[in-house]
Amino acid sequence: MLYREAGQFKTSYAADQQLLPIRQDRIAFLALLAVAFVAFPLQLGDYWFTALLIPILVFSLAAIGLNILTGYAGQLSLGSAAFMAVGAFSAYNFVLRVPWLPQVVSFLLAGVCAALVGIAFGLPSVRIKGFYLAVATLAAQFFVVWALQKFPWFTNNSASGVISAQPVSFFGFAVNTPARNYLFVLSVVTVLALAAKNMARSNTGRSWMAVRDMDVAAEVIGIPLMRTKLMAFAISSFYCGVAGALYAFCYIGTVEPEAFSLDMSFRILFMIIVGGMGTIMGAFIGATFFTVMPILLSIVIPAIAGGLHLTFDKASLTYLEYMIFGALIIFFLIVEPHGLARLWQIAKEKLRIWPFPH
Amino acid sequence: MFDTRKLRTVRTALAGLIGLAAAAAAAPALAQANEQFISILSFRVGPYGPAGTGIFSGFIDYLTYVNQKEGGVGGVKLTWEECETEYQAARGVECYERLKTKSPTKGTMIHPVSTPITYALLDKTATDKVPLVQTGYGRTDTIDGRYFPWAFPLITTYPMQATAIVKYLAAKEKGNLRGKKIAFLYLDSAYGKEPIVYLQAEAKVNGFELTTIPITPPGTEQGAQWQQIRQNQADYVIFWGFGVMNSAAMKAAQKIGYPRDKIIGSWWAGSEEDTVPAGDAAKGYMSAAMNVSGKTPLIADMEKTLYGASPTGSLQDRGKIGGINYNRGVVIGLITVEALRVGQGKYGKKVLSGEEVRWALEHLDMSEARLKALNASGLMPAMKTSCLDHEGSGRIKIQQWDGSKWNLVSDWIDGNRALVRPLLEQSAIEYGKSKGITPRDCSKEQ
Repeated sequence: MLYREAGQFKTSYAADQQLLPIRQDRIAFLALLAVAFVAFPLQLGDYWFTALLIPILVFSLAAIGLNILTGYAGQLSLGSAAFMAVGAFSAYNFVLRVPWLPQVVSFLLAGVCAALVGIAFGLPSVRIKGFYLAVATLAAQFFVVWALQKFPWFTNNSASGVISAQPVSFFGFAVNTPARNYLFVLSVVTVLALAAKNMARSNTGRSWMAVRDMDVAAEVIGIPLMRTKLMAFAISSFYCGVAGALYAFCYIGTVEPEAFSLDMSFRILFMIIVGGMGTIMGAFIGATFFTVMPILLSIVIPAIAGGLHLTFDKASLTYLEYMIFGALIIFFLIVEPHGLARLWQIAKEKLRIWPFPH
Repeated sequence: MFDTRKLRTVRTALAGLIGLAAAAAAAPALAQANEQFISILSFRVGPYGPAGTGIFSGFIDYLTYVNQKEGGVGGVKLTWEECETEYQAARGVECYERLKTKSPTKGTMIHPVSTPITYALLDKTATDKVPLVQTGYGRTDTIDGRYFPWAFPLITTYPMQATAIVKYLAAKEKGNLRGKKIAFLYLDSAYGKEPIVYLQAEAKVNGFELTTIPITPPGTEQGAQWQQIRQNQADYVIFWGFGVMNSAAMKAAQKIGYPRDKIIGSWWAGSEEDTVPAGDAAKGYMSAAMNVSGKTPLIADMEKTLYGASPTGSLQDRGKIGGINYNRGVVIGLITVEALRVGQGKYGKKVLSGEEVRWALEHLDMSEARLKALNASGLMPAMKTSCLDHEGSGRIKIQQWDGSKWNLVSDWIDGNRALVRPLLEQSAIEYGKSKGITPRDCSKEQ
């Protein structure tokens, strides 16, 4: 059907190795980009950008970061929010103290700062793994938030410990409306997501997966364990750091260190579990699920309750939303333990060989 | 290899969800022409839910009361919609944006009742030209209307409150705090840290010794902090807590034998929701209050009107009526309605836009006489705002818990304006500089 590849011949290695080897995928991807870059800004209102699309993109980026570490390299981490905090506060300080630097560069440097912190807290991964490593990364979570509160330099001596992100400009072009914010975030996320996808199939990505699947075997075939693991920590934290900077500058605007709590780390972890471990697409699906579903439920449930003339009070309705959201997560995990991205993969495989079942 | 059954289950589920989304899209309707729609960002669940339930029920009940008694404000009916924020910034932003689209006035005025949400909405409301009202919380340097035309920290701010508490303690010590030891025990967050600078300045002026002791949220375990307070032999403890940590503090103080009548909390640590769970440990505990508790004439009349034969009130647990939080919600409602009245006085009896409400909030004059006319004498301090002063009052009372109810132990106390104002202005100027804001000239404001 749509996915029939008959007639698509690869005549060179480059063609065989490209990011999206099927023509339909390439067309669909370009169409998606066109919709996201052109149609959305032209069609949608502020609500869509501020409340839905920007948080989805920001959390997708953070989830890609965690997915690199946990999904690809198999190192469980509970410190994602801490690395986001490092990114947010470094970006703030770069913009504040080195004003001549273009802001995009500041954001990338913020990612580098997060990467350095990530390497430091990734060191235990050389010796410990699994749940023990998760507990070790908890240290990052608590230490970073503590340090940001303890040393007033990070918040420019703000009495309340809150930073107010400076106005964003993209090489002199003011990013000051929700639509522009969205386009800015979208550009950053697109570039970094493509880079991640590329990285995942490169030498680096393959060595991550080798370490994930069996570290002893990986070492035997000549993959340096320490370097690979620390590299995963660095790159993962870089992504989280940039996501944190975008969170502060393009989404919330004013952040306090406590916003980057353990709760947020868990949310990012759940995003990749529900979305799909070890896939870039899973990060996007997971972030969308976790952002859109509670909002959707909070709109739908009261409407249904009202329609059925059930008189719940406001608090009970909210609890009901929680229960349904929890049930949905369990439902999707039972029908597809590999995450929602896996569903798409299965559907795609089926479409490619349609109408034959095998 | 492929599991068709599984795919089908998921497909059914997804179809169901899409159906729900469609149902939701069809549901919302825009506010009617002659209705003043008010966005209410409420929190009734989560760690701060108990306080939120009282506050937002009081707020909504007062709006219902005005609708029932007077048919709205100047013939314009009040309508509103609630959206649950759980006190969190991200949810608050979503709620604000969602409710913004429901009326041409973009929600009239926003009361986030949450410091994180206030910070997150500060720029957005200014861009959208919607006033952001923070009754007794939020970003305190917004008191300077030259730099923050759209934000109003009405009634009083944390620094004014902290300095008023110091003033009360000084009066208790016959005007002399020299050599006394005061511990400042606070929730380690923006809310808790804000008063430190002002208390340090007060310590310098009054010659008392200040120790600051943070509590990490959620603060259910405070043994170490109270140990430190006892070792320091603090004469008084000023306590900036919120939520479950408040009753935990009273219990910890009791355990260690620290007298509760030497502890003064902020108004976020001064409601029945804080003292009742602490039981016996709360007896004697004091706190600041920007509104009084109890069934004052207005509250009693509201109860009669809204919770009579066919109740239209929004509370399920009627025991909360007359509580500190419920009455605070009524005060928020009073201010909201009064701002609409003042705005209608200038712009005519019609639905007011955000700009018009902003003007009104800058020209509020809720004097004792006016409060009396509103049947709200003594419920809140008198308040008069201006372009320069977005706070309008700065006065609080001190109340003490006797085991079953709050008793007032002071009159309205004004904070140390001479000390606070320059520091806040300095902070506002810095904010203006970092954001590139040109200050308004208040002498030109009408």
